[in-house]
Amino acid sequence: MIGISNIIFLIVAAIGIGLFVWQIRKIRKNVLMGRDLVLEDNPSERINKTLLVAFGQQKMFKRMLPAILHLFVYVGFLVINIEVLEILIDGIFGTHRVLGFMGPFYDGLMAVNEVLAALVIVACAIFLWRRNVTKVPRLATGVEMRAWPKMDANIILMIEIILMFALFAFNIADLKLAELKGHELAGAFPVSSMFVNAFGADAGMLATIASVGWWIHIIGILAFMNYLPSSKHFHIIMAFPNVYFSKLVPKGKMTTNPAITHEIKAMLDPSYQPPAPEVDAEGNPVIQRFGAKDIEDLTWKQMMDAYTCTECGRCTSVCPANITGKLLSPRKIIMDTRDRMEEKGEHPAIFKPNHYKEMGVERVETTEEKTLLRGYITPEELWACTTCNACVESCPVNIDQLSTIMDLRRYLVLEESAAPASLNAMFTNIENNGAPWAFPASDRFNWADELYLPSKN
Amino acid sequence: MAEMAANGQEPEVLFWVGCAGSFDDRYKRVTRAFVQILEHVGVKYAVLGTEESCTGDPAKRAGNEFLFQMQALTNIEVLNGYNIKKIVTACPHCFNTIKNEYPDLGGNYEVIHHSTFLQQLINDGKVHVQGGEAFKGKRITYHDSCYLGRANDIYEAPRDVLAALDADLVEMKRSRANGLCCGAGGAQMFKEAEPGRKEINIERTEEALATLGAEGVIATACPFCMVMMNDGVKNKEQEQNVKVFDIAELIAQAEGLTK
Repeated sequence: MIGISNIIFLIVAAIGIGLFVWQIRKIRKNVLMGRDLVLEDNPSERINKTLLVAFGQQKMFKRMLPAILHLFVYVGFLVINIEVLEILIDGIFGTHRVLGFMGPFYDGLMAVNEVLAALVIVACAIFLWRRNVTKVPRLATGVEMRAWPKMDANIILMIEIILMFALFAFNIADLKLAELKGHELAGAFPVSSMFVNAFGADAGMLATIASVGWWIHIIGILAFMNYLPSSKHFHIIMAFPNVYFSKLVPKGKMTTNPAITHEIKAMLDPSYQPPAPEVDAEGNPVIQRFGAKDIEDLTWKQMMDAYTCTECGRCTSVCPANITGKLLSPRKIIMDTRDRMEEKGEHPAIFKPNHYKEMGVERVETTEEKTLLRGYITPEELWACTTCNACVESCPVNIDQLSTIMDLRRYLVLEESAAPASLNAMFTNIENNGAPWAFPASDRFNWADELYLPSKN
Repeated sequence: MAEMAANGQEPEVLFWVGCAGSFDDRYKRVTRAFVQILEHVGVKYAVLGTEESCTGDPAKRAGNEFLFQMQALTNIEVLNGYNIKKIVTACPHCFNTIKNEYPDLGGNYEVIHHSTFLQQLINDGKVHVQGGEAFKGKRITYHDSCYLGRANDIYEAPRDVLAALDADLVEMKRSRANGLCCGAGGAQMFKEAEPGRKEINIERTEEALATLGAEGVIATACPFCMVMMNDGVKNKEQEQNVKVFDIAELIAQAEGLTK
């Protein structure tokens, strides 16, 4: 029974999926602008972490209410994918509820789906309320939370509600239609059956409603999928690889630059032979910046972090600098990275770039420079960081905001010698006295002078 | 250490004193308290004395990777020269750097923070905390150091040490993984804070004071935290009611080693 509608469906689905693949390739290209980094150690630990943090939502549960609401939407998303599969098959082959042959399993699946769909509507409504009415501070405030990030969040929530309503319209009409024709409809519909008389008893009308509901749902899903790469909602895909590639070593361990190690070893020991520098395709030595000034100085993982960010602001809300009114917002660092990446690379969006900066008044004074540092992120923000790792700890999708902050700081110090004067004084003290304070090394043992030791009586 | 090496001896453990422990008048008391505990339990220990140098932590966190590595490579040469295997330190910054960042540069040691070390001594019954009653009913709140807690997942050891005191341990609203920084990490100790509404240590001290009520002890396990909490308490003019102590000092006091 393949008719004209199936061919239309096939074309729509192909366009939707094709467009999505095209956008993903652009994002991949952007991420790969970053420096090379090998993160292939301990696959079993990485899988464990992914199961716990990404699939298991472990870190979401630091805040109960949003965790539970998010869980509804998340599980709803996972389960509904099975139904999307059915919709695709039905759409292509003109079948109707093709998975219905699974009997009780299908009944259960449909029932769970309906309950979840209802919970998704409830959760999204509460989310809208929290964002627009009660204005939860971390979602409503912050220099980076401007017109676009706020609109983006609202668009996502509205689309999700519309998608669920379309699904219910389809189910209710289908259910009533089956009832009128006197045959059993495969599946169980605990929610729709409550509203079975909502659309009257006109068979033609019901068929139209079912069809419209079905089309809105599937076109909505395809459109929404293509909206993701331009939106913070992209986290529903990126959270999984990002958690897989997250930092496995203690949070306190910061990267060591081997190029500097060779330089120092050669300085301390003239006979030391540093390894030959890396060469590019033309045989010229690759000269890398110390630290990061712009996008290409960051690693691909730091770029991936930027695409994974959900802009939930948990990092910023626990940042001691931010709490006490300083300019630093870890969320802004990550959003800036994404914006700069899309400015320098490609826009994944097919309709509108994701630049939060383009919609709203600038509230952090940046320079005209077209680099991540100074053009987006100012030294004042960077110097406010206490490297306490609260942002890293709080991120539900294991973004490492601190590594980006540190790399930008390193550039300021190593390439520009642009540290605050007091820090330069501290550097000098360490160089001259072996201590950050101006005390002579010979005084180091003075603490023992006043020591009363019974054993040395 | 040089003396011990000259006598052909090797210590069980090297006590890495750190810059604060060597030069900061307040933290020197912690160094002495910890040494008294070491003497008391009869551990064969050594210190580097004038051969010790900054681990490079503040340089690294401030972005000066070059200076950090200079310090690290020099320190590693000294430590390896004495064939050091086990290091204990009362500074979470030294602890984190030597434990996590020195291995990449050729320095591989078993590094223990003094909170873990003290916890082991208590567990092994080497420290009995006989005078523990002195703390009975006293309110103590422990302020987590970022470089011990979040950075290295050590939350329980300092709490276990304090639990041995039989005091009334109370937790601040933000504690353990959610603890609030004292404001001194990441080389902030050595510079003015960026402009804002408030200093971080004031925010944290307010939280500690709200938890303790009228009087009590803020326990720390980090020299930076101690400075910041002390400053905060002074700023709030509560130094008569609220004292800031390192966990080693509390144990030494309870053990009757210091007054």
